[in-house]
Amino acid sequence: MINIFEVNETNKMISQENLDVRTITLGISLLDCIDSDLGEVNRKVYEKIVTLAGNLVETGKAIENEFGIPIVNKRISVTPIAMVGASACKSPKDYVTLAKTLDRAAKEVGVNFIGGYSALVNKGMTTGDENLIRSIPEALSCTERVCSSVNVGSTKCGINMDAVRLLGDVILETAEKTKEEDSLGCAKLVVFCNAPDDNPFMAGAFHGVTEADAIINVGVSGPGVVKRALEKVRGKNFEELCETIKKTAFKVTRVGQLVAQEASRMMNIPFGIVDLSLAPTPAIGDSVADILCEIGLEYAGAPGTTAALALLNDQVKKGGVMASSYVGGLSGAFIPVSEDQGMIDAVKANALTLEKLEAMTCVCSVGLDMIAIPGDTPATTISGIIADEMAIGMVNQKTTAVRLIPVIGKGVGEMVEFGGLLGYAPIMPVNPFSCDAFVNRGGRIPAPIHSFKN
Amino acid sequence: MKKTIITVVGKDTVGIIAKVCTYLAENNVNILDISQTIVDGYFNMMMVTDATKASKEFSVLSSELKALGEVIGVVIQCQHEDIFNMMHRI
Repeated sequence: MINIFEVNETNKMISQENLDVRTITLGISLLDCIDSDLGEVNRKVYEKIVTLAGNLVETGKAIENEFGIPIVNKRISVTPIAMVGASACKSPKDYVTLAKTLDRAAKEVGVNFIGGYSALVNKGMTTGDENLIRSIPEALSCTERVCSSVNVGSTKCGINMDAVRLLGDVILETAEKTKEEDSLGCAKLVVFCNAPDDNPFMAGAFHGVTEADAIINVGVSGPGVVKRALEKVRGKNFEELCETIKKTAFKVTRVGQLVAQEASRMMNIPFGIVDLSLAPTPAIGDSVADILCEIGLEYAGAPGTTAALALLNDQVKKGGVMASSYVGGLSGAFIPVSEDQGMIDAVKANALTLEKLEAMTCVCSVGLDMIAIPGDTPATTISGIIADEMAIGMVNQKTTAVRLIPVIGKGVGEMVEFGGLLGYAPIMPVNPFSCDAFVNRGGRIPAPIHSFKN
Repeated sequence: MKKTIITVVGKDTVGIIAKVCTYLAENNVNILDISQTIVDGYFNMMMVTDATKASKEFSVLSSELKALGEVIGVVIQCQHEDIFNMMHRI
């Protein structure tokens, strides 16, 4: 039988070390809502979401109560809207109506974000895809809870540079349209390479076309728990360090598995995956950068950071994989800047640069995340940064993503406040040299040689 | 049978166990095991209980025990045992 020390350990993780389930995300397929009539698509989309997700928030709360574990977010991901609206939407404006419908549905069921205002254009863009991408600035500025993502590259297809070029403009325009709120719109837009179909984390969640009609995906978190566990092995060798991370990741992930199973049972919707991510929040003691410091760095960004992050990411996976029957999504350590107090401190101390962050993304689960840059950064430079990050994902057969926020009217060193889980960030400098001629070439970068495995 | 783990943490005082046990008896919750220790000067108790025949719903028991804890000056928490089994047993 369970003993008092084990019970205390678990409860201490929850009450003092910020152990929580970061999100229960209900993936909903909207493929059966496709219609050539715009009004009809909107009606079907709204009805399907409201019907399937009606008791999502309530279920989350019941599980919280039953196990005493906080479930921070309840969210929805849907089929990429570019596909859902392709038949009915003749212009970017038509797509915006769907964004508004998603927003309305999200508010009705009480979720804080709905993801899937997305297009998958890793090889080419259909007219619908292009219309959706062009509608993103308007869609994100007139809605509150809708999240958007665009997959512009993959190991199998290469990188769609036309889309990368277009997204440079789209990101700037989104920033401009939401400049009253420190360009917050860009915090809800992610550009991906090798985007996973079952990611439960926002802003990049969408319900892939290979998925079932509805599915429950769960994202766990727990940087604080790992940090505390590592405090006990200060000065010990790498073997002990790695074992400690692995054991902790196992325990954290088990909670996610339990919550996923329970949510699946209560809602009668199949369990998809557990995403074993270390997802930080701006709360003190909930930071991935602090783990890197605990491993032995003065600040995140110091020499050794990439190696420390590589081992952290790997051990989290090794511990987590055995804890869950299905693992998926992004699974690894997240390194957003604005959402992690330790990262913010590192930027303020000039320990962490955009270039070092790029190197770090080679060995962790996502990419350049929640980074505020000057509002006068040229669109082509943003496209260049995206292209670099996509290349890392393409060649290393991993997911990479870019979520940059060019803050209109603000320059290097100034602070921006996004509020809540999105946090705040100092604006980071961007390499001032031009990549115009490169980005403006047009076309696509071919898939790398090691993608031809057949 | 799903067991419910009840934990009580707080400053030690006379009658904590008595009050919690009285409440459980009144609501037909059977106590299977009790362990208690003092950690860092704090009273720490864990009860393994069977609440399947309880006269109230889990959520009601949970909130009433929490309120009782506030009266005594301790923190009382009710959780299904699964969260501990999942985390500490393979």
